[in-house]
Formats: sequence, structure tokens, C-alpha cells
Amino acid sequence: MWQALRKELHPKGFELVTVGLDSKGDAGCRAFIEAAKPEHPSLIDRHHVLAELFGVTNIPSSVWIDEEGTIVRPAEPAPAPPQATPSAPQATTPSPPRLNLPAEAPQRFKDIMAEAAKIRKDPQSYHAALRDWVEKGAASKFALPPDEVIARSRPRDNGKALGHAHFQLATQLEIDGHHEEAVKHFREAHRLVPDSWTFRRQAWSLEQVGEGPLARFWQGPNPAAPDAWPYEGDWLSDIRREGAENYNEPWKP
Amino acid sequence: MLLRSETIPRSEFEAGTGWQLKPEGACQGEVCVPLSQPAGDTVDVARVAKDLGMPFVAAPGFKLWALGPASIGSRALATAKAADLRLPDLDGKEFRLSSLLGQKVLLYAWAPY
Repeated sequence: MWQALRKELHPKGFELVTVGLDSKGDAGCRAFIEAAKPEHPSLIDRHHVLAELFGVTNIPSSVWIDEEGTIVRPAEPAPAPPQATPSAPQATTPSPPRLNLPAEAPQRFKDIMAEAAKIRKDPQSYHAALRDWVEKGAASKFALPPDEVIARSRPRDNGKALGHAHFQLATQLEIDGHHEEAVKHFREAHRLVPDSWTFRRQAWSLEQVGEGPLARFWQGPNPAAPDAWPYEGDWLSDIRREGAENYNEPWKP
Repeated sequence: MLLRSETIPRSEFEAGTGWQLKPEGACQGEVCVPLSQPAGDTVDVARVAKDLGMPFVAAPGFKLWALGPASIGSRALATAKAADLRLPDLDGKEFRLSSLLGQKVLLYAWAPY
């Protein structure tokens, strides 16, 4: 759906750049990217530099950048386009698969999907704004002035900045095969940057439970050995505690 | 950004942090922060980190350091000028955001988990 939108808007001077945030790098992202066959730049971000440089704390999210290289909307939730036209190609932007669960899927997956369905999205407003900006540029009311862009970017104090450093140590230690050391730094990152879902989901996804494509989506204690879970929270407990309806802040024009 | 040494070439520092080291200080867009010592071709990361208020953390025993972002103004962005993002594609080819100057860009973050 994003690809169809990109195809439509590309002649108007618009480009889509997709970035897969995953310390597993190619191994984690390749299958999704190859399935999507993107014509736009499609990048791999093993250390989440999008968090460091642009304040990304959740996925999917977007940053809008104008022709001069100035950010006109900082990181915000980016819902998929409302609907593809019937003639539009079916290939999508790389994204985690919709979990079409078999009837015998463990209850945990069903519970996760039920929570995910409650996540607030406003694709109509977001995509109307996007088209308005592509059409009108700086004259669009959705292109925010620099002061507003800075003010709307994520809060970051010294503690959070420190959490970003721990997160990057964790991703590198994980890549180098020092998983237990990585966990220590992931834990620090979670403690210091509690508002980042990506920092949590990345770490949880590395504790695979079971085999196959769903193993990274379990994101919680293994029922066979619950005490071995190395984190305070997990996907299902955290989203229930924080409320799926609070996962995304309401979209602001 | 990640480092394998406590001193790095200035170009690596600039690419990794988005801060340009100029005679007037470390600059990003219109924001410049004075440095206690002018930067040469090699950056003493701990010193510049202190000037910019960036956390600098070691993973003891692994010859690995991470330099956290600045938190000027208590926001993720110190300026609306986008950092020149550099990331590889699936073929390992480096992409630079600045290659798209002149076009509107939607940077889209996703994850396979």
C-alpha cells in the first residue's frame, strides 16, 4: 500500500525511504524487503540510529523532510494508507507480517493480536495531510515550522541520552555474540528510556521462543522456563499495563 | 554512535553524530556549541562528549564504546535540519539522505518483529 502511494507521488518530487530497525540486520529484514521488491531506498539500521538522530521510539513511524533537507514533521506514528485502489499493486512496504494465525495458535498470539487491534490509528487524517504537503510544500499547514518540529520531537534528557548509548552497546554486543552482556545493556536502556517501544521490542524479539516465523513475536517468558526471562516487562504485559489505546499518541495536525 | 577506539577521525565523528566540527564549535544546522579545544583531524571523543553533554559509555573488556546523543533543549532534535543519515541497503551499499536533496522525503521506520 505504501508502494502504491510512493508510485503515485514519486512524479511529484516525493521519495519514500524505508528503514528496518533490527540488530539482526539482513537476517531479520531480507525476507520482508525481497517480498516487497521496493523501488525506493530500503535500508537496514542495526543500531537504531533513527532513534539517536531522529527520535524514533516506535514503529511504524515517519519523519517528513523537505527539499532543503529540513524536517517538517518529526517522528510520529505512520499508519498504512487507508486502502489501496483495486488496480494498485499488492506489494507492500516491508512490515512485520500480519499474523494470520492458525486456529491452533497459542493463546498468547491471539491475545497479542487482540491488543494490537486496539492500537489507535488515524490513517485518513495522516494521509490527507501527507498528500496536502506533497501538493503544496511549505504552504501546507501540515509542514511545521522549525521551532514546532523541535518542540514536538521526543523529550530527551541526559538519562535518556545515556539510555541510547547503552542500547547501542547492547546491539553491538548481541551482533558480536555476547548475548548475556547485551541483555545487561538492553536492561539499562529500558530503565533509562521507558517510553521507547522499539528498545523493548528489539530486545524481547531476540529471546526467541519456539521455531519458525512467529518465534520473534512471542516476546515474553517461555512457558517451559518462565524464570529464565531476563526482562522486567514483556509485550503482552506491557501493552496491557500501558493500555493499547495509549500506544500511539493521538495524531496532531 | 558506536566506537572501537576513544579517538576517531573527525569525519567519522561528524557522520555518526550529525554534529559538524567547525572553528566556532560543534554545529548542527544553525545551532553551534563552543568546544573547549578546537577539533583537529582526530577527535578525542571523551572531551568533545563533555562539551556537548553527550554520554560516553564503555563496555568494559570488549574494546567497545558508545557515544549517546546530545540532549540540548531536552528534545531529541536540537535543530530541524535533518542529519545526513547514512545506512546500508541489503547489498551493503551505503545510502546517504543528502542524495535526495531536492525531493520531499518520507523516512519510514519499520521492524520485522
